[in-house]
Amino acid sequence: MTTMPASVPTAVGEALTRIEGRLKVTGQARYAAEFPAPGLAYGWIVPARIARGRVRAIDIDAALALPGVLAVLHHGNAPRLTDAGDATLLVLQDDAVPHWGWPVALVVATTSEQARAAAERIHVTYDEEPHDVVFSAEHAGTYIPDHVNPAQETSTVLGDVDAALAAADVVVDATYSTPNEHNSPMEPHSATARWADGRLEVIDSNQGAFAVRQSLATLFSLDPSAVHVRSEHVGGGFGAKGTARPHVVLAAMAATVLQRPVRVTLTRQQMFSLVGYRTPTVQRVRVGADASGRLTALDHLAYSQTSRVLEFTEQTAIYARVMYAAGALRTDHRVVALDVPTPRWMRAPGEAPGSFAVESALDELAEQCGIDPVELRARNEPDVEPATGRPFSSRNLRTCFTEGARRFGWAGRDARPGVRRDGRWLLGTGTAAATYPARVTPSTATATAEADGLFTIRITASDIGTGARTALTQIAADALRVPLERVRVLIGDSDFGQAQLAGGSLGTGSWGFAITEACRALRTELDGGATVPPDGLTARADTAERVQALPALSRHSYGAQFAEVAVDLSSGEVRVRRMVGIFAVGRVVNPLTARSQLVGGMTMGLSMALHEEAILDPVFGDVVNHDLAGYHVATNADVPPIEVDWVDDADDVIPTGTKGLGEIGIVGAAAAIANAVWHATGARHRDLPIRPDRVLFS
Amino acid sequence: MREFGYDRATDVAGAIALLGADPHAHYLGGGTNLVDLMKLGVEAPTRLVDVSRLPLAGIEVLPDGGLRIGSTASNSDIAAHPDVRRRFPAVAQAVLAGASGQLRNVATAGGNLLQRTRCPYFTDVTKPCNKRVPGTGCPARDGEHHNHAILGASVQCIATHPSDFAVGLVALDARVTVQESDGPREIPLEEFYRPVGSTPERETVLGPGALITGIVLPGLPIAARSRYRKVRERASYAFAIGSIAAALHVTDGTVTEVRIALGAVASRPWRARAAERVLLGAPVGADAFADAADAELAAAQPLRDNAYKVPLMRNLIVTMLSELAEAPGR
Repeated sequence: MTTMPASVPTAVGEALTRIEGRLKVTGQARYAAEFPAPGLAYGWIVPARIARGRVRAIDIDAALALPGVLAVLHHGNAPRLTDAGDATLLVLQDDAVPHWGWPVALVVATTSEQARAAAERIHVTYDEEPHDVVFSAEHAGTYIPDHVNPAQETSTVLGDVDAALAAADVVVDATYSTPNEHNSPMEPHSATARWADGRLEVIDSNQGAFAVRQSLATLFSLDPSAVHVRSEHVGGGFGAKGTARPHVVLAAMAATVLQRPVRVTLTRQQMFSLVGYRTPTVQRVRVGADASGRLTALDHLAYSQTSRVLEFTEQTAIYARVMYAAGALRTDHRVVALDVPTPRWMRAPGEAPGSFAVESALDELAEQCGIDPVELRARNEPDVEPATGRPFSSRNLRTCFTEGARRFGWAGRDARPGVRRDGRWLLGTGTAAATYPARVTPSTATATAEADGLFTIRITASDIGTGARTALTQIAADALRVPLERVRVLIGDSDFGQAQLAGGSLGTGSWGFAITEACRALRTELDGGATVPPDGLTARADTAERVQALPALSRHSYGAQFAEVAVDLSSGEVRVRRMVGIFAVGRVVNPLTARSQLVGGMTMGLSMALHEEAILDPVFGDVVNHDLAGYHVATNADVPPIEVDWVDDADDVIPTGTKGLGEIGIVGAAAAIANAVWHATGARHRDLPIRPDRVLFS
Repeated sequence: MREFGYDRATDVAGAIALLGADPHAHYLGGGTNLVDLMKLGVEAPTRLVDVSRLPLAGIEVLPDGGLRIGSTASNSDIAAHPDVRRRFPAVAQAVLAGASGQLRNVATAGGNLLQRTRCPYFTDVTKPCNKRVPGTGCPARDGEHHNHAILGASVQCIATHPSDFAVGLVALDARVTVQESDGPREIPLEEFYRPVGSTPERETVLGPGALITGIVLPGLPIAARSRYRKVRERASYAFAIGSIAAALHVTDGTVTEVRIALGAVASRPWRARAAERVLLGAPVGADAFADAADAELAAAQPLRDNAYKVPLMRNLIVTMLSELAEAPGR
């Protein structure tokens, strides 16, 4: 007989394929729009076709006369909702049209095709008002927001930035811009709602079933226990499914009115106006340094847009609060409310656009100072978090650069721009740093020892394609000190209780914390001789107090991005030839899925650098290229070999030792590419994406 | 629901009979464009006559060394055909530069020629569009037009033709064979598309009920050294923002034969006749190539956001001709 040692954590660190992988590739895993339901009806949204004004009249007679049509909901007859703190969900409540695409009616019919045909027969007349949809930093309506997403300070000031800039040996003063970018997950948003046994039962595509439950309960004035939201498999979100979106509200409305199951699935086109996107930004960055490249001043002022429905201010300038030691540091935000859809979270909100500006400016500084960009960053490593003075829990940015530079072959790089050629292509290399906060929030979980010797974990986590289910199983197995095969993790069910949503790179740490606590409590009970009754023995954990008691440290992941590009000045084409990303992300639970997240983030950063841009028509207020033929995301042919790895980054502030890695891969990637384009051509690209026309005219 | 009839034709005469005089009926080839437009509500045919299984999928060598490409040959088959690749490389390269492998497997030769513009206002029924609904206006002119026409456009319409294939064909004097109700007809591809003028909704010279049966590439020795290059905003699965098909023959330092066609610049594949005229008989070299490009682009009427196409096309013409001039075996 062999005795298991007291602690044999073996599952964490294993490169496991996804537990549900076979179900997904064989089509057995059901996504939200795929669940059968007896008597299912289909809702089709009628979107507003003005950018601002009021609905004067809705003629629904022709639609109602069509076969299969069950109801047309509009502001005159829809159930009244209670504000749940998100006005984008208050659909069909009044006649106001705040932007193009806002739902003005929902047609429900027995088939999706009937609903759509009827929706096209609904005649809406509007009282149109002059609209204002064009974002610019010079917009007269620009104002200082009370806070930036989610609840961070709008501005921070340390020292006298203007005086430091005036006294600096070298100054970079440049303005950068990033466009509207849309999350564009593969799976469109879909929700199916029905009433059963006095509960509102909802199957929804989201990143957090518990948050959606809470919103629905408030909106429909229901006891939260009377709402049940499930989201077992989710086909991507990138933030666009972070909280409830209008489709789930409309499905619940229609199910309530009709007292039958109703499904509302968005079209790709509708996603461009109803589920959020990354705001365009304009960012002025001023950097002052002494001749040796040591920063004396860093000033980052970011402009972005929000809607008139809900204020959302992207935290674009927070990047500089963490990154570099500068004698004087100022970060600030401005926002303008326009007649446009509400911008929301998109992978690394704040850090993704903010890092493009700051890391580009640092490259410009390196050029002016004649210092290698890697060395410049090393010279400006802070001892504590610059804006707050908080100690770092761990900061291994230098290690990332050292290892990244070694793998990339950075040493001996000729800093001169525009001197390397391969046929018609000019070649260049670039680098940039990356950071993303490693936060943790309270969550609850249960761990159950089953009578058959297996263990069941229940947590309202969400696996949006990241591999969360698999990673949590690994964490649970180790905490229980049992083999993986004996652990089953159930997620995506709001009945499992409050938990962090899948966003902000918060999932694995927050969920893993609660799971670890629950599993340890159960292990203690079992080790203490507790017997397992026929219906199982359950331990429950709520990490609220533990999270509250965590030390006030600056806890971040870091990374070093490297890119090589080829630029054809005669055609404007830019091709990325290779990328290397080395990251410090705490403990890595599953190297296989972790690598996928980082490669995916860097790929999205490449896409941000070269391709992604939603174009708003100023006359209509609509995104013109509102489908995946017009809104270009990188194709396989655009994506070169991407080498990803991580350095040792021990950081055991939380039990999992993880820092989250869903977002950091996109941070800095666009700057590394833009810096490489400068190195290739000698032309700075301060506006994304780096399109052929911009290269041609540079 | 929007219902429509569906018939499958088994021979050319049958297809024409099935379509009859119904102005709201359409032939259906691979459906890669028409079906999309039906989903978007841009097209609402009452009836589809499926011609994809007509016995017109062959690709055969003609006695003059040319080729006949049947109208239902798939784009993939065209690109892979040894005689297309060897004798008309620009055509094979152009086909491969378009769409995706999956789309090329079903898209037909005839359908490729008849595909509609991807102007975002044309494909969105909530917007005005003179091509879709004559007289409603053109929002692209002041709106989003970064990939619109710089040549041969009109006040009514600045949309471009999206085909790569057609650019290769028009450079090499391809002709379209057509069956109309009163018999067969052969139309040079260069004359197949109508000028935009004030009737952007009328795109080709095809009569009512006409069916494309094939494409004839004449046996031009120069075609074997033709090339196609496409510039787009991502490396795959995007329409051109500028493309060129060209072939060049030089004798004793003088251009003795030249063919140039441009894509993504006009409502049709644009045969660069002005450039060809400048080059013919000129001493080969960068100066002549630049003069030729300037001659062709002198007529360009760029708008606010597509002015980059003028230097882009100039560079493409000069680069392509330079490469052809330097290529072995010219």
